[in-house]
Amino acid sequence: MVYVVLAIAIVLAVFVIGVYNGLVSLNVKIKEAWSQIDVQLKRRADLIPNLVETVKGYAAHEKEVFENVTAARAALMSAKTPKEAGEADKALGGALGRLFAVAEAYPELKAQEGFINLQKELSDTEDKVAYSRQFYNSVVRQFNEKVVVFPSNLIAGMFGFKQQEFFQAEETEKEPVKVKF
Amino acid sequence: MPNIYQNISSNKRDTVVIMVLFIAVVSFIGWFVGNYFYDGSGVTFLSLALIFSGISGLASYYTSDKIVLAISSAREVSHDEAPDLYNLVENMSIASGIPMPKVYIIDDSSMNAFATGRDPNHGVICFTSGIIQRLEKRELEGVVAHEMSHIGDYDTRLMCIVSVLVGSVSLLSNWMTRGFFFRGRRRSSSDGGELGGILFVIGLVLLILSPIIATLIKLAISRNREYLADSSAALITRYPNGLANALRKISQDTEILEAANSATAHLYITDPVRDRVGSSISNLFNTHPTIEERIKRLEAM
Repeated sequence: MVYVVLAIAIVLAVFVIGVYNGLVSLNVKIKEAWSQIDVQLKRRADLIPNLVETVKGYAAHEKEVFENVTAARAALMSAKTPKEAGEADKALGGALGRLFAVAEAYPELKAQEGFINLQKELSDTEDKVAYSRQFYNSVVRQFNEKVVVFPSNLIAGMFGFKQQEFFQAEETEKEPVKVKF
Repeated sequence: MPNIYQNISSNKRDTVVIMVLFIAVVSFIGWFVGNYFYDGSGVTFLSLALIFSGISGLASYYTSDKIVLAISSAREVSHDEAPDLYNLVENMSIASGIPMPKVYIIDDSSMNAFATGRDPNHGVICFTSGIIQRLEKRELEGVVAHEMSHIGDYDTRLMCIVSVLVGSVSLLSNWMTRGFFFRGRRRSSSDGGELGGILFVIGLVLLILSPIIATLIKLAISRNREYLADSSAALITRYPNGLANALRKISQDTEILEAANSATAHLYITDPVRDRVGSSISNLFNTHPTIEERIKRLEAM
């Protein structure tokens, strides 16, 4: 009889440990996925100075646009919380939109190989930001599933694991970018 | 119609079911050979067969990437040599969480791709120059995602285990033949008369057919993993139609990939030896599901 109880206890312990470890390691993956988003945002920010210099070479008088871009980039680099980073990212997106609108008026600039490469790299980096956000959401989804599904929800409740938030596009991000001349 | 997540779950379930059945069949064969043809126990024979088969399996598992790349005359490319392709692979790596594999290109105008490597940290992915040029970005993205899913789902490891099992079955069947012809049937007098005789004959027939049965099971697993790679790719790209369109374009391509042969055929995204073998083969012997069925499942997601 004692052996049966012991066997059951061991099986239960193995189950609890397994589920707990699963939750904890998903938590770590979520943190890593979040910092990967940061990596891509910083990579995008690094391309900006080169881009500004290239456009300045042709349109030095458009000072306001350059100042906006540089200020937005600085805000992104110094953002401390995810919320600040999201807002700074939005501002940078808008400023970049205006920069490219300015570049439209200079055909020699548009044809220049350096400019074309920078545009391509920037576009690719923005793809990477989108994919890293998608991955973050998929890891959060896996974690949240475990937190609500039976029987792992019992363990999650015991140790205080709560569902985490998905990365949502901000409300104003969904509006089309307004370009003013 | 099943959505992406349901597709992935059911494909993974199918793998488990097939593998459990396969292991049961192999164990039965081991027991049968041991008990009926030799005085030794079935467990001994099964273990021996698994060990022999396992050694060659392990050897090929660890060198799989190098051998396949050498046979296919592929060359590695860096970010600067093929920036568009490299960026695509990097993006899929970010979206799926699978570490970035090494990227190779085969200079051939036909359209195909494969992935190999013993685990995601040693991944290798290879494309023909034909597929890179002729597919649009979102279609190539689907192909890249499909190949990376093979790496992420540990398909190389699974197929190696399956090959070890198939090899064991062949060995056991081989030993049975020698046992039958040189040693004769043992224990004939201790069998339960007619019933024992019938069981013996059934077992014998199964044993003769076992290598074929094992190979059919291996091909069934291969097809199942292809469906899984398709549905995993749809999840990574969130755009199943990209891969569906790519498959459609590939199926209309009549060019033959020179560097492929039947030994490496199962690794490619579509069967490269399909048209070379002459008359139509029944679907059971295909390493890949039919392209029409794959497109149908993708477009229903």
